[in-house]
Amino acid sequence: MGDFTYTIWIFVLPVAAFLITGLFGSRMPAKISGWIGTASISVVFLLALRTAYQYFFQVGFVDGKRPTIFAYKEVWMKFSDTLTFDMGILIDPISVMMLVVVATVSFMVHIYSIGYMKGDPGYYRFFAFLSLFSVAMLGLVVATNIFQIYFFWELVGLSSYLLIGFYYEKPSAVAAAKKAFIVTRFADLGFLIGILLLSYYAGTFDFMTLVSEDGPLLAQAAPPVFMGLSVFGIALSLIFIGGAGKSAMFPLHIWLPDAMEGPTPVSALIHAATMVVAGVYLVARLFPAYHGVDGGAVLHLVAWTGAISSLFAAIIAMTQDDIKRVLAFSTMSQIGYMMLALGVSGMEGHDGLGYMASMFHLFTHAMFKALLFLGAGSVIHAVHSNLMSKMGGLHKYMKITSWTFLIACLAISGIPPFSGFFSKDEILVAAFEKDKVLWAIEYIVAGITAFYMFRIYFGIFWGKKREYHHAPHESPLVMTVPLIILAGLTMVIGWALPFGDLMMPDRAAYHGHIEWSLAIPSILIGAVGIVTAYIFYFKETNLPDRVSGAFGQWYVWAKDKFYFDEIYQFFAHKIMFAGVAAPVAWFDRHIVDGFYNGLAWLTETFSYLLEGWQSGRVRQYAFTFVAGLLVILFAVLYLNGFMDFKG
Amino acid sequence: MNNYILMRDEFVLLGIILLLLVAEIMLIGKNRKIVAGIATGMFMVHTVIGFFPLPEGVLFGGSYRTTHLLHNMKNIMNVGVVILLLQTWTWAREEWSGRGRMSEFYLLIFSTLLGMYYMVSSGDFLMFFLGLELASLPIGGLAAYDLSKMRSAEAGAKFILMAGLASAISLFGISMIYGITGSLYFSEVAQNFHLSGLGTIGLLFFISGLAFKISLVPFHFWTPDVYEGAPVPVTSYLSVISKAAAIFALAIVLFLIGREFVSIWKPAIYWMAVLTMTVGNLFALRQKNMKRFLAFSSVAQAGFILLGILSFDQMGMAAVVYFAAIYIFSNLATFGVVQVISLKTGKENMDDYNGLYRTNPKLSLVMLLGLFSLAGIPPVAGFFGKFFLFMSAAAHGYYWLVIIAVINVTISLYYYLLVVRAMFLRKSDTPIEPFQAEMPVKIGLALTVVGILALGLYSPFYDFILNLSTNI
Repeated sequence: MGDFTYTIWIFVLPVAAFLITGLFGSRMPAKISGWIGTASISVVFLLALRTAYQYFFQVGFVDGKRPTIFAYKEVWMKFSDTLTFDMGILIDPISVMMLVVVATVSFMVHIYSIGYMKGDPGYYRFFAFLSLFSVAMLGLVVATNIFQIYFFWELVGLSSYLLIGFYYEKPSAVAAAKKAFIVTRFADLGFLIGILLLSYYAGTFDFMTLVSEDGPLLAQAAPPVFMGLSVFGIALSLIFIGGAGKSAMFPLHIWLPDAMEGPTPVSALIHAATMVVAGVYLVARLFPAYHGVDGGAVLHLVAWTGAISSLFAAIIAMTQDDIKRVLAFSTMSQIGYMMLALGVSGMEGHDGLGYMASMFHLFTHAMFKALLFLGAGSVIHAVHSNLMSKMGGLHKYMKITSWTFLIACLAISGIPPFSGFFSKDEILVAAFEKDKVLWAIEYIVAGITAFYMFRIYFGIFWGKKREYHHAPHESPLVMTVPLIILAGLTMVIGWALPFGDLMMPDRAAYHGHIEWSLAIPSILIGAVGIVTAYIFYFKETNLPDRVSGAFGQWYVWAKDKFYFDEIYQFFAHKIMFAGVAAPVAWFDRHIVDGFYNGLAWLTETFSYLLEGWQSGRVRQYAFTFVAGLLVILFAVLYLNGFMDFKG
Repeated sequence: MNNYILMRDEFVLLGIILLLLVAEIMLIGKNRKIVAGIATGMFMVHTVIGFFPLPEGVLFGGSYRTTHLLHNMKNIMNVGVVILLLQTWTWAREEWSGRGRMSEFYLLIFSTLLGMYYMVSSGDFLMFFLGLELASLPIGGLAAYDLSKMRSAEAGAKFILMAGLASAISLFGISMIYGITGSLYFSEVAQNFHLSGLGTIGLLFFISGLAFKISLVPFHFWTPDVYEGAPVPVTSYLSVISKAAAIFALAIVLFLIGREFVSIWKPAIYWMAVLTMTVGNLFALRQKNMKRFLAFSSVAQAGFILLGILSFDQMGMAAVVYFAAIYIFSNLATFGVVQVISLKTGKENMDDYNGLYRTNPKLSLVMLLGLFSLAGIPPVAGFFGKFFLFMSAAAHGYYWLVIIAVINVTISLYYYLLVVRAMFLRKSDTPIEPFQAEMPVKIGLALTVVGILALGLYSPFYDFILNLSTNI
């Protein structure tokens, strides 16, 4: 089976980096702490690649299936004789894939941050938190049991909190950090109760036992207890709520756009590539259980949550001016795709396409979304603003950023041969075969995605030129090299990796192919989106004046594209934006957000009301003491049927 | 044949109290500062002795009983008191020198601790009540310790008045139980007790006395006033050691006598748990004074512990003891920081903590760890403590209670983060100046850090407690 004991170093190194930079960072030159973090993660990156190579190509198939290997599995705490908390390292297709994703993106972000965070007073603190996050995320993906995943899940949330609130001098950043922490904790409430239900009724935390065919979940037919769901179905739904919170699914998504207050490399790592897909990973991890329990009823919930989130987020993304918020909504939308793909998947052979597609899209999305965020960071670095209205015509100043950003935009728009095309195509095929309505939603979303992505691309790099205080310049090499690497990956991983061969839910080999009858329409709708964005936002304003003199009125018409623009603008802005997108955004801001604010308000009000009770008067305290005791007493007497006092 | 070695811990503590009295007399007219050193040193020796093994058994026909679990509960309390004594070193030594009141503090603390030993080790109601009284009365003196301050005197008076009420009601309950069963021994009460209206009244009245000491809602009203008025070391002692002891006692007594009558006390504990968690949290949300804030937070924490008591088996007992140990360390960490800041600067408000990280980074890290542990954030110990409590409650089907508890954990997260925000994320024009604490205080704080980390990360602790919990 191969020896994977070296994988322990994947944790030891970032932990060491965290401790060294965290404890001694203030006493060493800022640069050193950055290099320590980067050096440790670079080794982790190599180890992750080695693990992937060894697992996929040296171990390969055992009896026609990819095996599950425990590199480590130690009992950490014994809760009772049967129930133990374990910690360990689980090696299977999706954990190895996630290791590669986390290590790659984290490595790129580390390098990039050396340039991006240069001169920041909290430089060492930043790298310490980054190491902490890496540890937590790596521990999450290799979890052998649901307790371990929950443990690291919370730790990931904590480090995300620290990183979002990194610019603690901005009140908005602090508020955003708190919001993210509390909203996800709110969702984790479901997760925790789901775990408790599972652990009690199934008697184990272990993933392998939970998903095995003769395990407690799939072999026992638990009777339905609520809305047609058995107790296992309820537990899995609750666990999904936890996943939906972390993955910013509607209506638990409200923290994600605000989380953009964190430094941009953090957004790339945590809020685009790794932490936010933890929910998808969790469902995939328990996929056989989701598929088998109650005839897959919970998967419908997963699929529709994904579909609604992806449509909702895509519409809002069209209206945003802050480039990072656009990307945040786009992330939410793409994660919706992944959830949907899991939701429509089956187990065996070709049925398992959705599962594979989801993991595939997770992988490609991590790369191109990290690239988009890092590119956005490069632009923000140059113009010192997040707002698109402050940008424009940057292509000639920032060639590398512009080209790499274009590649990522093409990938997310599903244009071949970029990676996003291949993974999105598989999702659309899986959706089409299962449910035409879901497919139609995702098909439309694909078009909207292309539109808003190119809206920002043209808006930033082309469009009208702005007056800048000082000429923007390309970012330093340490920032552009990660961009180039990620762009290179985005160009090749789609067609170079035999994903079907790597991670089907039944672990057997599967040879996928491109379903051109569905792929061509989706390329077309992507192209429509791009062209529409081109007409709206790609304005060349530097035409020589003499042309206009010679052609007179004809030129004016031509320049104005025969008022095509205005008609379009009218249609788009008045009908599309004002009529559809703006109300959706308003709904998001006021109803969804308002609901949570209302909860907070309610808690505060209760707290105020109670305060009068704590008067400081002993008389009243004594009265309440006795009165409270009597209330309890009578309630208990009543419950026991002793109210007649016959004894 | 009574084997008096069983009472070793009580004898040693009593000896220390007597020696302190003698020392007080012998030192008249001399520098009394060394009393602090003598008292702390002797108590440390006592704590070390406590870790030597003791046999299990009973004394005086069952009035006094000890098992490995009970013995180790006392050890947990001892460790807490050692940390507390180290943290109060400066306060006890400097604040009161020259005013002729050196040993009082130690005498009172040790007396209440002795009372708690007997509460935990009692085998009948008489011993239990004596222990309860011995544990309560000196606290009145401790709360009013700072005679020059009105608020301190008020705290002492309030405590005595309320404690008197609680004791009276509790004693009333005991007398009814005696009336039904004709015995005061827990073992005989458990056999002869039968479900009846009178029995219900007796048992609930009795429980209310302990509920008062644990500050369960609605018996908690004295808590914030007394906590705020009393000197910080006393508040710390009250909220940590005294509360833990009462929780141990409640768990043990219910376990010994309540086995057949769960329909009486389980609904009561259930609703007290709901109320305690929720009311404690809602009050804590609004507090600006750190002592009051921690007071309400500790009210809420006690509500969580009831989840373990409800589940009423080996796992539940282990979860209670484990959580109580974690609670002691976490709360001593937070109170320790509040205490040292209050002593050095006189500042006690949350706003005063703004920017603490920049001036006193180590202190704020200790505080952070303590708060995270109270909030139950991994990987610190509090996370496991809560997780075990929730698991044992869920295993007995208390799902709604667990849901309420988890919601409350989320709310509590909010207010614990308020302090974290003040220390780490806020700036202040008049931050607390950097200062150095004395070595014993530093050790006291460092020990809490070790405890919080070790209890969470070093798993044999829990195994140890779980194994002990087979025999309660």
